[in-house]
Amino acid sequence: MLITTPHLDAPDDFYEALIDAHRDLGDEQSQQLNARLVLLLANHIGDLAVLKEALAAARRTMRTPTPEPTSEG
Amino acid sequence: MASALSSVRAEVSKSASSPSIPQGERYRTLEFEYRASPDQRAAEPARHPVVVVGAGPVGLSLAIDLAQRGVRTLVLDNDCKLSTGSRAICFAKRTLEIFDRLGCGDPMVAKGVSWSRGRVYFGGDAIYSFDLLPEAGHERPAFINLQQYYVEGMLADRAAELDNLEIRWCNTVSGVEQADDAVLLRVDTPDGPYALRADYVAACDGSRSAMRSLLGLETQGRVFRDRFLIADVQMHAPDFPAERRFWFDPPFHPRQSVLLHKQADDMWRVDFQLGWDADPVEERKPERIAPRVQALLDSIGAGATPFTIGWASVYTFACMRMASFRHGRVLFAGDAAHGVSPFGARGANSGVQDAENLAWKLAAIARGDIDASAADALLDSYAREREHAADENILNSTRSTDFITPKSMVSRLFRDAVLDLSREFPFARRLVNSGRLSVPATLDGSPLNTPDVTGDSFDTPLRPGAAAADAPLLCNGERRWLLRECGRGFTLLAFGAAPAWAATLPLSTVAIDGVALCDSDGLAAARYAAQPGTAYLIRPDLHICARWRAPNEAAIRAALERACGRAPC
Repeated sequence: MLITTPHLDAPDDFYEALIDAHRDLGDEQSQQLNARLVLLLANHIGDLAVLKEALAAARRTMRTPTPEPTSEG
Repeated sequence: MASALSSVRAEVSKSASSPSIPQGERYRTLEFEYRASPDQRAAEPARHPVVVVGAGPVGLSLAIDLAQRGVRTLVLDNDCKLSTGSRAICFAKRTLEIFDRLGCGDPMVAKGVSWSRGRVYFGGDAIYSFDLLPEAGHERPAFINLQQYYVEGMLADRAAELDNLEIRWCNTVSGVEQADDAVLLRVDTPDGPYALRADYVAACDGSRSAMRSLLGLETQGRVFRDRFLIADVQMHAPDFPAERRFWFDPPFHPRQSVLLHKQADDMWRVDFQLGWDADPVEERKPERIAPRVQALLDSIGAGATPFTIGWASVYTFACMRMASFRHGRVLFAGDAAHGVSPFGARGANSGVQDAENLAWKLAAIARGDIDASAADALLDSYAREREHAADENILNSTRSTDFITPKSMVSRLFRDAVLDLSREFPFARRLVNSGRLSVPATLDGSPLNTPDVTGDSFDTPLRPGAAAADAPLLCNGERRWLLRECGRGFTLLAFGAAPAWAATLPLSTVAIDGVALCDSDGLAAARYAAQPGTAYLIRPDLHICARWRAPNEAAIRAALERACGRAPC
């Protein structure tokens, strides 16, 4: 079950560290960093059901809502 | 000097009692009279124990506090008016508790608009709201909004009641020289310059501090390349809630932020982010401001409400501080010492807390209660404690600013993702940062704190260094408030009967013994994680400096010594 209630020890510290990690990076490089970050965190979580929930939530809350991708569409 | 003093007081009380002029109008237009002082004709520079430079909220708070502690205090101000425009408007619970001790909290709270709720909008939608004081059992609200001229006016009214406090208006410090045993000041007046000799000088003269420049000192930090418009909007809208409303990227002001606050007298404060390229002169014009306000009102369904634009200003800001708040016998406080962005209301609030920290220490020194080495340690502790608080304020204010005005594509991407997620997911709301509103710093690491005894454990954030928390008490069936019960000096807060030896200590005791004083709601015990016998030592500025499960006289004496700058060898 994906945790969506507050779970970060120090939310403001985390957010600052996240933005700092991108300092001086171009857009392309920032995307590379984000991709690595997602993969690292996914491995840490491990549980596929949780990860799928996160993927769905991320997609659903996008500014321009996009339909769920169909498998092998 | 006595005649100058009484005439200043007469000036204040005369204006204070005019029934025909509304109080706000009176404070806004009040001009204090320059009066020559006998010091200006003295053969030798007159000596004053403490001179406070600047009669803003910080300087006045400090001067009142010092005078109440029996220190003859002189305030010099280069002007003769109170704050122009509303300027600082959000006064935090902690600051109100300090104003209570200065004797002017009640009129401020009565006049101000109390609030505790903030509401955050993103695009066209309200995404969430937060309550800054969700629990009952506090005398003061999370915040009041009150125009700075009211706060300064009420402080000036209070100052005028104190015989040992003199304010000299139109007295501009134009020279500073530090000697081993004094500070020499050159002061310019309409009658020409004169010299003063002060044992200590508190520089509370604002962000463009003349004291700082005269001593060749600097502040360092980060300047933000952005401009913001603030304006006072007069509008009768009694149905609008007294909430702090903050918009990220609203349709009526795309890609920027907007903040709305309610003040006293049907005055509203709007704050529009404009971007760096905005023209500060043009944007200040009422004809430029009115359409912005109209668009805001339209968006909240109040488009038909008539309004007028009052004071307005376009500002930029920097998050910075002086490397040290102490330079010999000169102590810096408030905006003179540190600057923050306005998001979080950490400017005036932290300045008043500087004053509260400094007052009892300077008073102990001026009264000769402590020796020279302890005096030195105590003044250093002021600098160290308040530099620590300034760092915390700067950190919070910088983070808020970075969230509100993202500096790169990726930081905007994350910011907008947080806002989008916060509609649905509570975790993301914790990351939304429209300003982390002022709370008192916990003075961790202060040399004045006594560490807990090994083995004592307390499940509460009220550790040594923390600001003491309020709680409701009952005395003979009457409501009392814990913070109001504390003495002007040190206070021993005892849960249970006061130990017999406490009477021999140089402190006052608040004993919640369940007989004379009852913790009727159990909130004091809960907040202080108290058990029978638990005791807290509270400093004159209402910060906790020590606590015990099983206190004894020797331990409390040692903690008192330490808190007065006499650290154990």
